Amino acid sequence: MSNQLVMYEEELQQISNICDVLQRDSNAKAVLVIDKNGQAIAHSGEVEHLDVTSLSSLTAGNVAATGGIASLLAEKEFAGQFHEGEKTNVHISIVGARVILLVLFDERSSLGLVRLRVRKAAAELTQVLEVLVKKSEAGNQPSVFAEITDDDIDNLFND
Amino acid sequence: MSFINYSSREINCKIVYYGPGLCGKTTNLQYIYNKTNPEAKGKMISLATETERTLFFDFLPLSLGEIRGFRTRFHLYTVPGQVFYDASRKLILKGVDGVVFVGDSQVERMEANIESLDNLRTNLAEQGYDLDKLPYCVQFNKRDLPNSAPLEELTEVLNPTKVPQFEAVATKGVGVFDTLKAVAKLVLTELKRGS
Ligand SMILES: Nc1nc2c(ncn2[C@@H]2O[C@H](COP(=O)(O)OP(=O)(O)OP(=O)(O)O)[C@@H](O)[C@H]2O)c(=O)[nH]1
Ligand SMILES: [Mg+2]
Repeated sequence: MSNQLVMYEEELQQISNICDVLQRDSNAKAVLVIDKNGQAIAHSGEVEHLDVTSLSSLTAGNVAATGGIASLLAEKEFAGQFHEGEKTNVHISIVGARVILLVLFDERSSLGLVRLRVRKAAAELTQVLEVLVKKSEAGNQPSVFAEITDDDIDNLFND
Repeated sequence: MSFINYSSREINCKIVYYGPGLCGKTTNLQYIYNKTNPEAKGKMISLATETERTLFFDFLPLSLGEIRGFRTRFHLYTVPGQVFYDASRKLILKGVDGVVFVGDSQVERMEANIESLDNLRTNLAEQGYDLDKLPYCVQFNKRDLPNSAPLEELTEVLNPTKVPQFEAVATKGVGVFDTLKAVAKLVLTELKRGS
């Protein structure tokens, strides 16, 4: 499975840092980094009251649907989306064709500021992702699966 | 596309339930949701029409336990079965690690089953997947109905490649977990094989 996404400690730390800085500099309530298939990768800010898993899956579905619309219109993928709520606004952007950056913000921030900070964060994220892809393609990292036995898999289902 | 997180020690996989309209895909997920411990599941999300037909997808995140210190997490999705939602079905298949084809046992749904299975193959192929190379199981649902076709006939038509198959009554939960476990196991075995 060549299109498998693998995340290592070092890169996750870098992604989390980018997330933290973005959240702070844009005065956002929360920032999420989501894989395009809907898996949450990293987050920062006020996420205790958020259902991060659901939010990630729905955001990825939304981005996929919007991407579908774009290709029907022979557009390249739409770069971003903005939804304005009464209390919370949502800014969604795609980074490096691979991950989604979700920013939740309120009146303490503004769309202009969020856009500006997202641009910077996206550039940094792109670099980290490139390294990550190279690293997992090189495949010289020890794989957890090499050690897993058929018995381990069977045992998972013995309840 | 599985997502292996060495940092949080998690293995994440995506399983898609496919099949014709009203065959019982959503019912499978609802049953799993109702019978799973709160700590092992997240919220089930259903993007549905007012008449409870799936409009975009159902989503259910499940935790199946640990292997060698890694939490195994499965994201279950259903597609909308109605023919005209094809564009949405293609989107849901992106990044899939395992597929369950849910067939409707009723004789009068045979055509719809065949069409849906063809559609699955085509949509997978469009994205560079080959159904015969994916972790894949078949479920014959609605075995409780009097107008259901004989198992031999269903097998011949809908499971010619003889992948693991299960008879089910999703409303009562019969066969639901057997199907899930089988596909989850195939997915993990494939990950192991590919490593
Ligand atoms: N008798 C019987 N009815 C079932 C069974 N499984 C599902 N149903 C019923 O079939 C109907 C459709 O089930 P759903 O799970 O919504 O079907 P679906 O495949 O998700 O349909 P779409 O969302 O349109 O693709 C519901 O009324 C279910 O209660 C079964 O095993 N036996
Ligand atoms: Mg449904």
